[in-house]
Amino acid sequence: MSTLTSTANEAARRVEAQDIRNRWLLSAPALLIIALAAIGPLAIVFVYSFLMPGSYGDVVWTFSPDAWIAVLLEKDIFDGTWSIADAHLSIFWRSVWLSLLTTVTTLLLGFPTAYFIATRPERTREIWLFLITIPFWTNLLIRTFAIQELIRNEGMINTLLMKAGLISAPIQMMYTDFAILTGMTYVFFPLMVLPLYASLEKVDFRLVEAGYDLYASRWRVLKRIILPLVKPGVIAGSILVFIPSLGSYVTPRMLGGGSKMMLGNLIELQFGQGRNWPLGASLSMALLAIVMVALMLQVRFAGRQGGNAHG
Amino acid sequence: MTDRIHKSAIEVRDVSKVFGAGDSAFKALDHVSVDIRENEFFTLLGPSGCGKTTLLRMIAGFTYPTDGEIRLYGQNIAALPPFKRPVNTVFQNYALFPHMTVGENIAFGLEMLDRPKAEISARVEEMLALVKMGHLKDRKTAQISGGQQQRVALARALAPQPKVLLLDEPLSALDYKLRKDMQIELKRLQTETGITFIFVTHDQEEALTMSDRIAVMSAGKILQIGGPRDIYDRPAERFVAEFIGETNFLKADVATVADGKADVVLPGGTRVCARLAEGFVPHGKVTVVTRPEHAAIVANPDGAHLRGKLSSVVYVGTDTHFRVALESGESFCVRRQNSLEQGAAFAEGDMVGVVLETGAAQVLKD
Repeated sequence: MSTLTSTANEAARRVEAQDIRNRWLLSAPALLIIALAAIGPLAIVFVYSFLMPGSYGDVVWTFSPDAWIAVLLEKDIFDGTWSIADAHLSIFWRSVWLSLLTTVTTLLLGFPTAYFIATRPERTREIWLFLITIPFWTNLLIRTFAIQELIRNEGMINTLLMKAGLISAPIQMMYTDFAILTGMTYVFFPLMVLPLYASLEKVDFRLVEAGYDLYASRWRVLKRIILPLVKPGVIAGSILVFIPSLGSYVTPRMLGGGSKMMLGNLIELQFGQGRNWPLGASLSMALLAIVMVALMLQVRFAGRQGGNAHG
Repeated sequence: MTDRIHKSAIEVRDVSKVFGAGDSAFKALDHVSVDIRENEFFTLLGPSGCGKTTLLRMIAGFTYPTDGEIRLYGQNIAALPPFKRPVNTVFQNYALFPHMTVGENIAFGLEMLDRPKAEISARVEEMLALVKMGHLKDRKTAQISGGQQQRVALARALAPQPKVLLLDEPLSALDYKLRKDMQIELKRLQTETGITFIFVTHDQEEALTMSDRIAVMSAGKILQIGGPRDIYDRPAERFVAEFIGETNFLKADVATVADGKADVVLPGGTRVCARLAEGFVPHGKVTVVTRPEHAAIVANPDGAHLRGKLSSVVYVGTDTHFRVALESGESFCVRRQNSLEQGAAFAEGDMVGVVLETGAAQVLKD
């Protein structure tokens, strides 16, 4: 009897061991890709951020925290005293601020758009979605040049306004925060509309009728019924817009010029003309940290949302 | 009953509704007029597509009439948006707000009316007690059963004390047993609250069980309005007779008409006194209807109203169904309630007579 049981146990153990081995083997390709594509490069950037810059780019393999200090502080080249790196801080600030503004503008413009599409008859919805996504499939450089064409001093808007006699001199729009905001709002608009649409499309519009029936005006129906129901879409869209906005490179480069840099441009500068790879690496890690904070905030919001949905 | 003066809660005056335009235009309501009295349980009964839901949605304000007036206690509300009408709806799928608790759902209407907080919470408790849901106040609506959701939907719609409560097939999603219970429950709520209920259904049994009055609708028109007994015992039109319950149709000839009654000659030559719809004067060939339970089978065909051969005898527990092949070629169904002391036993193939109860025959308008 006892030998029988132990044989059975032995067999069960063997099956289980086999099972575990199979699981590792089957997940190996996925793990390999994650290691090669995500963890590996990140580890290199992390290591580089603690090295010394080489004179012609690249790095010198000596440990140094200088790059990390330089993210926030700068050493005076004459007296060697440390002071806050105003240039970096203003770029950080501009990045976060412009990304937040972009998120808010795309949300304000995207919500009515997504609502409009979600309330169209099923067949026409696809056409509207297609129209929204067309720019997304067009080269980013071309789209940005198009915006330049619109807002530069000799561009369409200024020309029209001057022809109409509304202004006497062109309004300076290029190379301003406004230009960057316009560009980013335009570029990231579909990323906001699509998740919002996905949420709105699932909303049972009979709930909206129920709201009207229970004396809620249109505004109150929006606030008390529609918005709570599409909150996951609002959060997803905001994350999808905010994170790539933070790291934008092409748009601020082409519309903001050299004086209105964002983090992406600053990082590129360090790896390019700046020849300070460790600083570029530490700035990248700082950018990553901001993104992580944003994602953590999202998890907290989404967690509360989940709690609401399931009690 | 007749000398009581009824106050109208809802007056529908010559209302039409056309969906679409041109060739694809569809007339959902065709010059409908009806008065719904204060405190009554009024049912709009008809098959799907008959316009009953359109009429209900029009009273709620979700759709507007193409033509005509809807008055609520004398005020024309046809152009008011739904949130300005003192009318609430219980939706077919309940439409409870999934992001709110049971209590929050019930409080919603009162909050939108900006009632004081204390009043709202008192009223919510009162409503929860009324529908016996007090213990589930803090649950999410997804966590309660269909029957419970139904009760919450009722409580939510009743909480703001509407002048009229509209119910759009609210029982159709429930199983048979629960539906039976809710029918009694709905009737109780209506009596207790004294609110005018307008109930939409395609289920004739539901309509007969709960209603004070029923309007039978078909193809955008109201065919007959009356109490359950009027509708069932005295259908005025073929559609009403066919839609509600089982009916025998007999071809007959009108002999004389007097005092709202007609003497008609049935197939086989016997005469019977048949009732007429109010103000209707028939002549020539007509159709007479009789409910199967308003007739009896007798062994001796002499002196019976109709005669024929029993073509089937089916025992269904509570009743026995007899089918008689009349000599005129028509078929006549008789339903007899079973009891322990069975009357005369009949077998298929017997020659029998059919005796109609006094007043069992009704002449159809068409």
